[in-house]
Amino acid sequence: MANDSSPGSILATDCGSTTTKAILIDRDATGYRLVARGEAPTTVEAPFEDVTLGVRNAVGELEELTGRSLLGPDGLPSPGRPGSPGLFLSTSSAGGGLQMMVAGVIKSMTAESAQRAALGAGAIVMDTIAIDDGRRPHEKIRRIRDLRPDMIVLSGGVDGGTVTHVAQVAELIAAARPRPRLGSSFRLPVIYAGNVKAREHIRKVLGELVDLRVVANLRPVMEREELGPAREEIHHLFMEHVMAQAPGYATLSGWTPVPIMPTPGAVGLAMQSVARLHGTSVIGVDIGGATTDVFSVFGADQELFVRTVSANLGMSYSVSNVLLEAGADNVLRWLPLPVSPADLTNRIRNKMIRPTTIPQTLEELLIEQALAREALRLALEHHRTLARGLKGIQRLRHVGETFSQEATGQTHINLMELGFLVGSGGALSHAPRRMQAALMLLDAFQPEGVTRLAVDSIFMMPQLGVLWAVHPEPAAQVFERDCLVHLGTAVAPVGVGRPGERVLTVRGVLPTAGEVEEELLAGQLRVLPLAPGERADLELSPAWGFDVGAGKGRRARVGVQGGVCGLILDGRGRPLILPPDPPERRRKLVEWFLSVDAYPADLLKRQAGPPIRG
Amino acid sequence: MAHAYTPGLKVSRETTLRKVRRLPLAGEVLVHLGQRVAPATIVARTEVPGDPHTVNVANILGIEPGEVPARMTVAAGEVVTRGQLIASSRGFLGLSRREARSPVDGRVEMVSGITGQVTLREHPVPVEINAYLSGVVGEVLPGEGVVVESTGALVQGIFGVGGETHGPLRVAVDDPGQPLEAHHVRDDDRGRVLVGGSLVSQEAIRKAIAVEVAALVAGGVVDQDLTDLLGRSIGVAITGHEDIPLTLLVTEGFGPMPMAPRTLQLLQALDGQTACVNGATQIRAGVLRPEIIIPYPDRPAGGEPSVCQATGLAPGTLVRIIREPAFGKLARVRELPPELVAIETEARVRVLRARLEDGAVLTVPRANVEIMEVD
Repeated sequence: MANDSSPGSILATDCGSTTTKAILIDRDATGYRLVARGEAPTTVEAPFEDVTLGVRNAVGELEELTGRSLLGPDGLPSPGRPGSPGLFLSTSSAGGGLQMMVAGVIKSMTAESAQRAALGAGAIVMDTIAIDDGRRPHEKIRRIRDLRPDMIVLSGGVDGGTVTHVAQVAELIAAARPRPRLGSSFRLPVIYAGNVKAREHIRKVLGELVDLRVVANLRPVMEREELGPAREEIHHLFMEHVMAQAPGYATLSGWTPVPIMPTPGAVGLAMQSVARLHGTSVIGVDIGGATTDVFSVFGADQELFVRTVSANLGMSYSVSNVLLEAGADNVLRWLPLPVSPADLTNRIRNKMIRPTTIPQTLEELLIEQALAREALRLALEHHRTLARGLKGIQRLRHVGETFSQEATGQTHINLMELGFLVGSGGALSHAPRRMQAALMLLDAFQPEGVTRLAVDSIFMMPQLGVLWAVHPEPAAQVFERDCLVHLGTAVAPVGVGRPGERVLTVRGVLPTAGEVEEELLAGQLRVLPLAPGERADLELSPAWGFDVGAGKGRRARVGVQGGVCGLILDGRGRPLILPPDPPERRRKLVEWFLSVDAYPADLLKRQAGPPIRG
Repeated sequence: MAHAYTPGLKVSRETTLRKVRRLPLAGEVLVHLGQRVAPATIVARTEVPGDPHTVNVANILGIEPGEVPARMTVAAGEVVTRGQLIASSRGFLGLSRREARSPVDGRVEMVSGITGQVTLREHPVPVEINAYLSGVVGEVLPGEGVVVESTGALVQGIFGVGGETHGPLRVAVDDPGQPLEAHHVRDDDRGRVLVGGSLVSQEAIRKAIAVEVAALVAGGVVDQDLTDLLGRSIGVAITGHEDIPLTLLVTEGFGPMPMAPRTLQLLQALDGQTACVNGATQIRAGVLRPEIIIPYPDRPAGGEPSVCQATGLAPGTLVRIIREPAFGKLARVRELPPELVAIETEARVRVLRARLEDGAVLTVPRANVEIMEVD
């Protein structure tokens, strides 16, 4: 139960770039629960130019839904007033969120550390400048000048090391005379987080031109990365500069005792808290209209947290870029219906220019979900490149590693180790059948072994993230009860088998089906009943050459959790290889979709063409 | 959502327009309040700093960075010309001489004794902005630019490429469903804004570039033809800065799409007048749509500027369906059922029922229509 200092009820808003979402949380005898959610268009742009109008409208919808008066007579939150929420919190990504440029000496070392610091703080990284980034100095200078970020993080060198290289980068920044995106009369904030020995020179070069902040080095020694001080300064400057310039935020800040947090930063906090709560590795993905964020928490103590933003992978504004980056063939491979590349391209362009439309036909839904699979796949690929160990360091190897060739800088994303995969964003949260969301996650991320799947029901992770920072208990309770929709658990043996070959035998007792002994064949996708809240202990016996986590051909005993989709047995292989022949591939997709009841069967069969064999 | 927003594109016979013409950096305003301006009138001017160049003098001379300031033959702030000696050193026993020369005409900005680099900046580049519209200067923004006010017709497109341009308007087709083909583009169309019906063909684009047409306007464009024009595929819908020889604007979308009849009728009525066109499109929060403006220079600018705000859906509202399966069709709203309705995808959404021009009644998600704002 909540302690005495916990607020009775909580009002929290997230000011997104298009929509402001408000949630109301109340405490009852069993703990904290979500009461209602309201939303309204964000009003940071002209003609309104005051974010608080959108917040009031979203809270107004909550008031209509609950019949309660949540704001005081003056239209402001009033925590002391009887019946009013005891706490008001907010996050924001309106007005483009936090847009940063980072710079370092070596692209894969200090510049990459600076990038991780910025991304972890919730920023969109517009560009990464480094001595070895392949561009000539004048090209870098022009880029810095053209970008107009909200702030720059400059790193480079270990403490006490050579000054020359980081000084060169600082001189490039000075030559560009960079200006901030908002507030033309303000000097651009630049955070210096590099070699302490270079501080004096950096002050001399940049001190007059920019608003220079000096914090501890991101890489004090080659073997260690310390992102905390730089991240804190980014948050501080986000409030002081970016938010202060955005219309209405000064007022909004006055409503809340907790600093307004960048939306992705808050989601990152929520993901880290989930990983700690469940004691497992987590990947979270939020597929939005313009960007796709991926969060991962790995490591024995869930200590490796990484966030990436794929800035131009999204389902509406950036949907054409998904097609461009993935290629039409990769999108078409997920479609059980024949669609020509030219038709696909025109449809996607029309979605780009009218981003608020929704699929009305099954065919259009399948196209959007095919695109979502590719956006998710590409976002994970991007994430792997940053979720990795430090490059360029000497690793102490133990005896067992003597003959291994593992290099430094390897990704720590291990899909076999992954325990929990959480999806969020319209394409996943609003899929008409939950099984469609499960399939998108399975096809795009291809989790290995045993993995729990969930989606965020109404995207309230930003509000819960900021709540987690101040009141962890209410946040955890609402997260488990109202935020997540547990889809179930997927079991996917690693290996590729011949069609019809046994890949796995599942033995155990399921609460509703009773005792089961099921064989999973290569190429099969099946579901066993395991409802939300149910769990089962299973024995998984993979065939020779297949692995479910205990090693090839080795039996594993696992506890699995239920969900609205159940226990999904995925025998399609890891890696998942689709038949190369288009008609055969479409037939196989229809077979899979029907076997797990992912789409309306009659409609799918009718639109897919000739009857399905078997 | 309590305050639902249904996107709409403005098609207006007469509206008040205010265009802010702002310099990228502080500069000089060249016109005065109340002055009449034409689209090509230069209203403000400034100089942007020239491109900087870095020269690694320490490397060139083979000396330590700390020695560079002493080896300079020019000081920070001095003007230099391309090829001019900026630093030199003597080699071992003074036998060889090494020299560093300026790669550009400009000024020495910084000499660094830490990195051994010298930053040279090219001379400033003049930048001018024009009025874009014909009208009067309604406001002077000291040191920054002006606001040009005008009264005129406004047609917002759905997507465009290429920047601001202007020229006499010529509607080259009779029917909204007629594509603009190469034979519609005449040899004397140089500098004109040409309007087609459902599509602008690839051949028409090529011919228009050849005769130096200022802008092309049509209902739709085939994606591949746009890719060929740009030399690349569009990824993110932020346009307006493409380096292409004409501005292209589509009013309906991608693929063959008859132009809304009212849009074509309006443009036909204004045939021959000067049209100002901007292809810039930005489909994010603060949506920016491409536009065609035909100013009425003889009518005084006045009144409140039109703000493109949707007024909301109601029975009788004219809408366009903007998603398959009835994409592009015009319809009039008959009914707005309050309850959620399951559509073919099984999603439960807010819908409307609307009557098409042929009398058929369709159920469409509210998110899949746009209000035709016609006045």
